[in-house]
Amino acid sequence: MHESILAFRGFKYLKLSALMVAVTAIVYAVHQPTVGPPNGGTALGYALGTLGLGLIIWLAWFGVRKRRYGLGKMLLEDWLSAHVYLGLGLIVVATLHTGFQFGWNVHTLAYVLMILVIASGAFGVFAYLRYPRLMTENRRGATQRELLTQIAELDVKAREISAGLGDDIHGEVMRAQEKLALGGPARRQLSGRDPNCPATAALKRVGDLSLGLPVTDAEKGRALIALLARKVELVERVRRDLGFKAMMDVWLFVHVPLTFGLLASLTAHVVSVFFYW
Amino acid sequence: MTQLYKVAIVGSGPGGMSAGGRAAQAGISHILLEKTDHLSDTIYKYQKGKLVMATPDILPLRSPMDFKLGIREDILGTWDRQTAELKVNVKFNSEVTKITGKKGAFELTVAGGEKIQAENVVLAIGLQGNLRKLGIPGSDNHPKVQYQLDDPDEYADETIMVVGAGDAAIENAVALAKQNKVIIVNRSAEFARAKQGNLDLITKSIEKGLLECMYSSAPVRLEPAGDRLKHVLKTADGEAEVVCDRIIARLGALAPRSFVEACGIQFPSKDPTALPELSPTYESNVAGLYIIGALAGYPLIKQAMNQGYEVVEFIQGNRVKPADEPLLEEKFKKLLDRYTVDELLVAIQSTIPVFAGLTILQLREVLLGSEVRMPQAGETVFQRNEFTNTFFTVFEGEVAIQVDSEDRDDDVMLGPGSFFGEMGLISGRRRSATVIASKPCVLIETARREMIKLIKSLPKVRETIDRAAVERQIRTYLAPSLSRDDMDSILRSAKLRSFKSNEVLFKEGDPGDGVFLIRTGSCTVSRRIGDKEIVMSYVPAGHYVGEMALVRDMPRSATVKAAIETETVWLDGAGFRLLLDHLPDLRHRIERRIGAIITQTEDMAARPETGNLIQFLVQEGGKEAADMLLIDESLCVRCDNCEKACAETHGGISRLDREAGPTYASIHVPTSCRHCEHPHCMADCPPDALHKTKDGEVYIDEQTCIGCGNCERNCPYGVIHMSYEAPAKPGLLSWLLFGLGYGPGEDKKAVHDSHQGKKLAVKCDMCKDIDGGAACVRSCPTGAAIRVSPEQFFSLTNNVAQ
Repeated sequence: MHESILAFRGFKYLKLSALMVAVTAIVYAVHQPTVGPPNGGTALGYALGTLGLGLIIWLAWFGVRKRRYGLGKMLLEDWLSAHVYLGLGLIVVATLHTGFQFGWNVHTLAYVLMILVIASGAFGVFAYLRYPRLMTENRRGATQRELLTQIAELDVKAREISAGLGDDIHGEVMRAQEKLALGGPARRQLSGRDPNCPATAALKRVGDLSLGLPVTDAEKGRALIALLARKVELVERVRRDLGFKAMMDVWLFVHVPLTFGLLASLTAHVVSVFFYW
Repeated sequence: MTQLYKVAIVGSGPGGMSAGGRAAQAGISHILLEKTDHLSDTIYKYQKGKLVMATPDILPLRSPMDFKLGIREDILGTWDRQTAELKVNVKFNSEVTKITGKKGAFELTVAGGEKIQAENVVLAIGLQGNLRKLGIPGSDNHPKVQYQLDDPDEYADETIMVVGAGDAAIENAVALAKQNKVIIVNRSAEFARAKQGNLDLITKSIEKGLLECMYSSAPVRLEPAGDRLKHVLKTADGEAEVVCDRIIARLGALAPRSFVEACGIQFPSKDPTALPELSPTYESNVAGLYIIGALAGYPLIKQAMNQGYEVVEFIQGNRVKPADEPLLEEKFKKLLDRYTVDELLVAIQSTIPVFAGLTILQLREVLLGSEVRMPQAGETVFQRNEFTNTFFTVFEGEVAIQVDSEDRDDDVMLGPGSFFGEMGLISGRRRSATVIASKPCVLIETARREMIKLIKSLPKVRETIDRAAVERQIRTYLAPSLSRDDMDSILRSAKLRSFKSNEVLFKEGDPGDGVFLIRTGSCTVSRRIGDKEIVMSYVPAGHYVGEMALVRDMPRSATVKAAIETETVWLDGAGFRLLLDHLPDLRHRIERRIGAIITQTEDMAARPETGNLIQFLVQEGGKEAADMLLIDESLCVRCDNCEKACAETHGGISRLDREAGPTYASIHVPTSCRHCEHPHCMADCPPDALHKTKDGEVYIDEQTCIGCGNCERNCPYGVIHMSYEAPAKPGLLSWLLFGLGYGPGEDKKAVHDSHQGKKLAVKCDMCKDIDGGAACVRSCPTGAAIRVSPEQFFSLTNNVAQ
């Protein structure tokens, strides 16, 4: 019933893409250019170029197709499975189109951009396969909002208890609550942790300070530490959650802009080939 | 010599008073006898300031007295004034104790001994003199159990349980709730008997939290609890106890049978709810003795007043048509070239046995809630697997029920008088067969609401339908080609057995004594493996359980438990074996099924976690779902494209909350409509804006929704929410290229701030208007979102575990 994009319908697009790669490779091996080494200007070069261009435009169209909600009969998964396999197959088609001729020019720029787009996409596939499960395990059935609500509730309780435990401890608790930030800069989000976490620091310091509490307050001190420890655990879970989500999202910040760059450089490549060659 | 009146009217309620008014207007010698010292005692006893409804709205009023929606005091005032103006001859404090004689010479004995002579008598005594009692252990003559409420302001700071779902119960409950904690106890899951206005009132009050309602609950017994009362009730989830200070039971009233019978009037049955049989002119079996109003089977004020007018006309020999005549003429205009409305009613009653037990008045009401359909030969009436739930009766012609879609030889032909479509009515499941008109037909299609009202008020109709339904269910699910004789012998042993949620049908190890055909609800099958009860499978309505023990002649190999309130047809072992002996086909089918079950059982025993998953899905709505959205979280990349797709295809508002909802073993049940078989949301929609399509999608008609929020409150899965309309936003390309607007999906802030129009209920409609099906599923890039019906649970769990 549930099928991953890779295994979709018995790997049908893997088979299609493999067929495409095999056919182009065989044709390339057999083909002997009339003049010079294999390159994009031969009949086969043009054919592969056209196929590659068509594929790129079709692959980029995915961004629009994905958002054409309620239209078209096919599942989006169907499209994505094809997008992945045919996108990977494009590496072979485009590389054969180059005839392995690279240089410091707009043509190679288009090729490099294409490779970067595909590489980022490949990372996307990896992220899509790896992180969903980790994310579910980390959440343990709670939604992010529930986790944040739990943290807020712990904060209220911690303030109440710490209010009766002297200014030092209360100050620590209050400062840590004010300073706590979830999310933040990209690197911190992606790492899924914060080495300078105020909650963790507060737990340690309150632990130290509570040693100095009078015996009558010791029980309260322990309760506060338990609350802070619970909060640290929740905060770490939320950070990991954000980290997983960031990993699943980050590659799109490369994949999509570079696709536009690719389309621009590809236009330059095609125009220059036809008008100035 | 005492005066001989042309007509003596007994009872001065709306019907009697209207009759008196008409008689005075027409200059007929008459006397109106009233037991108390004021007119219309039932309405006089209404709560102070009570709003009196004038339903049904479409029915015109025909009476010399005025009556429209208003406060009790105003209405009584108007009637008093008009009765005086018309010089109606009213005699108060005159309880009639005996009526003897015959047409032209009746003698009425009034308490105190006075005798009155009249040519005709109109009995308009209503039912309120004979209230129906709670009748549970501990309730008899209990001072804190009462059947009337005069002034709700008498009580304060009490916990009061109001039992009943009719108009009186609703009004009492709402009035008491001002100063007390009130719990209204409704035997069924909806307030089907109440007038529209009261329906609005109770649903709004429950929604606002002014009072609580216990649906599908029935009183069982009362026990003392200090100086309070412990009220034990049977609910859909088992027994419940509520401690309260007072119980007000408003359960309607029964005909004052002994008095009426003493007048010579016969009742059609011993059933305490039965009402006397009347001619279309309201004349009873005693010539010259007429009955109108509630005792005639019609409790509404307006109808009673119309009858009062009409009965006086009938007595004068004028054949007036009832006030709803034009409405019926409109409905049946295609047949009126052959029948008058009266002839048609008689013909319908004599042709269609289901409607035979109804009074003409009840029949008129049912027909007002029905449509006439006249399909040509070969035309489809409805398709197998449709979710429509109307009830059909054949008036003329013949239809073919295609029980087996492959084998047309097994078609069941139904001629005039038969009915079909009752399975949809009973089980809320899809239509189990296609029905085609085999000859040109005249069919009467009755709305579900109308039929439910009928089934509830007339147990005989329910029995008739049940009996036929059992046979058809056996044919549909077990043995399409069973011979008449075999069927009869099986039917003799077949019984209807109901089970509450979590009640056990049979236990592992019990001797196998019969087979259960599940006709409504659903069950789980579980076995003890090690020391744990593991759910092996889920069995929805339309399937049977318990056949294995009989075929193999061994004890029960599993425990079967109702997942939700469940009704079954039980066939005893001997009957079922007879089936097997006569139908080798069935035996093969069952043997094959048992083989599959054994394989499945072995498989499940090796992977008990899948059983837990089935259990989880059943609990999260699978037990009553037609369709559930499930997300495999190991595939879901949390892109929320499903929500965006939902919002983009549904006016900018998502009906799906992807993240919310429970998760078990990576299967997540998001907050999205389950499209229940008997939708809770539909139970209490005042404007009737919730509908089910023939494909089973439950949807809201936005044009009719009034935004009361009942459905939101009634949905146990929290999938309906109230929302303002979303403001318009720029197109996709403007966003994609120029970053204009919010982009795809619901702009929650804009919707929240929009205040466009009024908050209306929004829910998933399964993209019924969109080609290609559910947008959420189609827009999931990774295939994590799928929609499944409960029948697919097992294959789903198979897949997950692999």
